[in-house]
Amino acid sequence: MSLDPEVVRVLAFLVGVIAFAALNAAYLVWLERKEAGHIQRRIGPKEVGPFGLLQPLADGAKLMTKQLIVPDGVDPVLFKIAPIMVMVPAIMSFVTIPFSDTLVARNIDIGLLVIFAFASVNVLGLLLGAWGSRNKYAIISAARVVSQNVAYEIPMLVTVVTLVMITGTMNLHEIVMSQQGGFWNWNILRLNASPLMPISFLIFFVCMLAETNRAPFDMAEAESELIAGAFTEYPGMGFGVFFMGEYANIVIGACLATILFLGGWQCPFGLYPGVHWFLIKIYAIIFTVIWIRWTFPRTTFYSLLNLSWKILIPISFFNLILTSAMLKVF
Amino acid sequence: MSPSLLTAEGLSGLLFLSLVGVTLVGAVIAACAARVIRSVAGLALCFLGVAGLYYYLNSPFVALMQILIYVGAVCVTIIFAVMLAESDETKMPLKQNGLVGPLGILAGGLLAWALAALALKTDWHQAATKVNNGTVADIGQSLLTTYSMSFELISVVLFVAIIGSVVLARGGRSKS
Repeated sequence: MSLDPEVVRVLAFLVGVIAFAALNAAYLVWLERKEAGHIQRRIGPKEVGPFGLLQPLADGAKLMTKQLIVPDGVDPVLFKIAPIMVMVPAIMSFVTIPFSDTLVARNIDIGLLVIFAFASVNVLGLLLGAWGSRNKYAIISAARVVSQNVAYEIPMLVTVVTLVMITGTMNLHEIVMSQQGGFWNWNILRLNASPLMPISFLIFFVCMLAETNRAPFDMAEAESELIAGAFTEYPGMGFGVFFMGEYANIVIGACLATILFLGGWQCPFGLYPGVHWFLIKIYAIIFTVIWIRWTFPRTTFYSLLNLSWKILIPISFFNLILTSAMLKVF
Repeated sequence: MSPSLLTAEGLSGLLFLSLVGVTLVGAVIAACAARVIRSVAGLALCFLGVAGLYYYLNSPFVALMQILIYVGAVCVTIIFAVMLAESDETKMPLKQNGLVGPLGILAGGLLAWALAALALKTDWHQAATKVNNGTVADIGQSLLTTYSMSFELISVVLFVAIIGSVVLARGGRSKS
């Protein structure tokens, strides 16, 4: 019997999305270690393969051959489910991300909402894992994760609402298409819609760092205070899956920043738009994220919350009002 | 009448059935788990299943809002409250008498039977026209025109709830 082409398409994109997420998770660890090394005037991984390029495979083999210990006293069900609950929504979000004009698994009309909906499940996974671990460091970390995510979700969503008001759609494909032309048409430089666009990109970027628990906002992990926070009790691949989820979330954040502000797959000069521009942009953002991690010290928890509630939220609301006024007037 | 598993219809049917299963299993876990935290996890599972059912009812916006609000916000809040309140591994006390289980099943079965009979016997009349496509623009327009009154009332209720919780929290603080 013949296979339905739609089923083949679904399977192909399923495999592609999972492979993209997993490959990124593996090689972003390599990039992170290499970049950290060079920033700290070391070389970073260099023994396994040329430039240490086989290091992720070695790491993977190491993590997978470790025994999966479920410590006494933890809640075994929640303990095992939590890493999956962090990983799966991250992969689901890739479904609606348009890598190029045609390369998208499913162009959903409210794609932006899909990503935020699945991103919100991530917190639940971390919380359940931390509570299931029955460990005081993990529980402190869980409390931090919740207050941090709640605090930074507000400015992020307000900024995104501003952007949706300007583009008039939540379809990621249409948002990119509205930024056609050259880099002066990208949302980050659309000063005629709102003179604060570069600042809203900055707010979005900071919130993205905080939402993905990246330094300088990695209060959930904070290895110098909380050992490893929510991941303290996780051995081997349990920890590995958490980290794959975290890196997948970083990739999604970079994709979203690219689509919303940096013109997606459009070329800065209007030449040869395509998936290569998308990849160049997201890896530039990811490089910056790692760069920030290794050059800024971790903040304290109160200054983290103050930054959101006292600076980012007022500015983003001001931006929202200004943008709606400008849209109405001009 | 039964499409093959290798067609799009077959796969989506299978997905639909598994969503129904997820909803039911989540509900059973939420009702029967001995630890509160597992009940909340079951509730989250149930919400996810219901979100999937909304998607099959051709309203993706409601489905995503279900995930964003119920799974992402309500369940997280409940777990946070449990974390602060449930000091230790406290299992629910098992001091019920023997009649509770059978009577519960009987009552539940009766309710399910009555609802099923109601759903099957009622002469549902089809909606004359499709109201709208369930897109964000349609929902926004009807919220701010046809249903603006209920929309405003709901926001008043939420506002009162927030003020009330702040007052309660402050009252507790001054006594200590």
